[in-house]
Amino acid sequence: MKALLLKRLLQLITVVWGVGTLTFVLMRSLPGDMAYRIAASRYGQDNVNSDAAALVREELGLNQHPLEAYWHWLTDLLQFNLGNSMVSGLPVIESVQHMLGHSMLLAFAGLMVSILIAIPLGLLSAWRGNPLDSVLMGLSSAIRAMPVFVIGVLFVLLFALHLGWFPVAGYGTFAHLVLPAVTLALSLAAVSNRVVRDSAKQTFRAAFYQFSKVKGLSTWQTFQRHGVRNIAVPVVAFFGIQLVSMIEGIVMIESLFSWPGIGHGLAHAIFARDIPVIQGAALAMGVVFVLLNTLVDLLCLWIDPRGVEQ
Amino acid sequence: MTRLFIVLISVFGVMFSGQSMAKPTPENTLSISAAFEFTSLDPSKNGYIFSRMQIIETLLDVDEKGALMPALASHWAISNDAKTWTFDIRQGVHFHDGSLLDAAAVVKSLKIALQKHGALRKAPIEQIEALGDHQVVIRLSSPYVVLGAVLANYANAILSPSAYAKDGEVLALSSTGPYQLYQFSPPHKLVVEKFDDYWGKKASIPYASYLTGHRAESRVLQARSGQADIVFGLDPASLPILKRLPNLTLHSNAIPRTIVIKLNSEYPFLKDIRARQALSDAINRVGIARGVLRTPGAETEQIMPTSMSNWHLNVPNKVSGGKAKAEALLAELGWQKNKDGYLEKQGEVFTVRLITYADRPELTTVATAIQAQWEAIGVKTKVDVTNSSAIPMGHQDGSLQAALIARNYGFIADPLAVLLADYGQNGGGEWGAMNWHNDAISRLLSELEQTTDAQTYRQKAQQVAQYIYNERPVIPVTSYVQQTSVSKRVKGFHFDPFERRFLLNEMELIR
Repeated sequence: MKALLLKRLLQLITVVWGVGTLTFVLMRSLPGDMAYRIAASRYGQDNVNSDAAALVREELGLNQHPLEAYWHWLTDLLQFNLGNSMVSGLPVIESVQHMLGHSMLLAFAGLMVSILIAIPLGLLSAWRGNPLDSVLMGLSSAIRAMPVFVIGVLFVLLFALHLGWFPVAGYGTFAHLVLPAVTLALSLAAVSNRVVRDSAKQTFRAAFYQFSKVKGLSTWQTFQRHGVRNIAVPVVAFFGIQLVSMIEGIVMIESLFSWPGIGHGLAHAIFARDIPVIQGAALAMGVVFVLLNTLVDLLCLWIDPRGVEQ
Repeated sequence: MTRLFIVLISVFGVMFSGQSMAKPTPENTLSISAAFEFTSLDPSKNGYIFSRMQIIETLLDVDEKGALMPALASHWAISNDAKTWTFDIRQGVHFHDGSLLDAAAVVKSLKIALQKHGALRKAPIEQIEALGDHQVVIRLSSPYVVLGAVLANYANAILSPSAYAKDGEVLALSSTGPYQLYQFSPPHKLVVEKFDDYWGKKASIPYASYLTGHRAESRVLQARSGQADIVFGLDPASLPILKRLPNLTLHSNAIPRTIVIKLNSEYPFLKDIRARQALSDAINRVGIARGVLRTPGAETEQIMPTSMSNWHLNVPNKVSGGKAKAEALLAELGWQKNKDGYLEKQGEVFTVRLITYADRPELTTVATAIQAQWEAIGVKTKVDVTNSSAIPMGHQDGSLQAALIARNYGFIADPLAVLLADYGQNGGGEWGAMNWHNDAISRLLSELEQTTDAQTYRQKAQQVAQYIYNERPVIPVTSYVQQTSVSKRVKGFHFDPFERRFLLNEMELIR
């Protein structure tokens, strides 16, 4: 346990340094003049010109040597300072907090709803077998094949326009969260119900499971004592991966529902060449990635303690 | 696991209950949706959104026709040599932080604006000083008639002295508008609250919210569902459906923004006026206005809209026969079609790289329509979609050949300011002509800077418009029509063609 945490801490430091350095090198090596890009984002398309770019270049010291800029970033980072956005001038930490907070909220809410959908349906598929299994698998393939954007629009048409239950877009109240979270959940559940089903099927077929039935336990007792834990390990690991990939990968949902998440923010920061924000966002995501992985590992270890001895 | 779940649910509950208890409710809030994002409190950067939401105000204002009106300056006077401008500062005006407006506050704001990016830096300002508590004098080194319009630009908003940090950074948006900032969550959401001590017409709607809707589709949905009371920048394709909804009224308003093609007149293939004329003739503007933009009647061959009558020539748009004329002009120049159907002269193929930017989605589709129309006369056209900053950059490094842009000629209420920037310097400016040397234009524009007589002004402005029309340093394509939907629960909606204000304080919500 201690060894695992220590290893992860080391990993965290490497990720922070690696991600920050890589984004720095990649963004600096993009073609085009950074000052112009930043000026366009700062002052808007009607007001960007070379005077604005010159002002930006002077203010941000963009003429300094890249190594010097890198050194500044690194020493700032050692003092836990992510710097200020080149576009807004606001501290990066504030905007990353705002964006990451909203992304995590949406991701967690989506994941929770997807768990509520995927686990019962997956178990039912494995339990009942055909024809229900084929129907559910077909349905999940169909949903999976649809871009998440389409699912979102369909939900908006039905629940926001036709029924008028929820707002079309925006954030700030619980009602705003429902549609994006359910959209996300449905596309996630379409995959994770397969994992639940496969894992459950494998367990139900296993010799130890059959034996426990033979020795006289009821179906429920068998499931509770020998099913749950065995099914849970791959499922929990998979949910963990889904959660991580979601936090950075829900740009479509974020822009459809005007949700101020980090995927959307990162895309905009890249267009604007706002390097501190890109670095800050990438860093925060790297850290979240390592932390969530650690959490999932710990959870799996708790479910299946045999891993410790290895 | 169950416990974890309960904890998470309650965390969400706590996070949301705090937010939903806030004062603005759908009943007392006018909700607005448009495409612009904002990142900063600084008027020089995102003032366009703060002035639209009527948080910030300027010394002078602009009416629908572009004429200057008193705002924070109740009266102003220009000396005979047009080099000294004196402003009487309105008395009894409160900033949102409670302090009173005086000349010192105005001087401070303007001096800070002068340090930042904006049109004020272009003005030949020698000195800005306060004369007592209620008068401000601006002295210029040379006459500059557009100063009034420049001062009305959002970047020169007057903020409370306590709103600035020592280095001029804006810490709080404390200005004098009928609404004050209530919630600022960049880049998406802004809520304003009515300001009871406003000096002018006080607002009746308690709150107004602004939400950035990035996608035109989501803005349409917000209009349809009634979630947004006013939606700006609707996609014309969605208008027929919206028209049928009983709870909405639609407004189409012409705005002084024009889609033009900026050309590099030094580019060998475009050096001759006839080549530029041919490219202009080859464009089917009516088709683009009707089929691509779905705003029939928006086609134009002039940069300025009819509303800016000083700068608009009274000539009809050419309607038909463009393609044949274009081909004839190019043949005159010695271009002949090769076996691939492209124009060729001395072994060189007529190629043009047309750049445009994705900030305005219609530009990309218009660019591809123009590509098809130019290819039809044998001009090999490559379209590159990039960032808006590529236009000034390409102008400066000389790499630009042609660029499709949407130019806002009402950015400063007096179009002369924009024309000076775009055509004033010999050779042209970053958002106007490029390597187009016309001494008459430079002379006329610099004379206009000092012309106060209306008759002479119009005469010279018409000459400028005629030169641009004849020599095509840029090719105008269509003008813009702003499509807006307004919920029936909103009374008193009115569109400001200069897009300076949403005129929130003149609206009411019907219960």
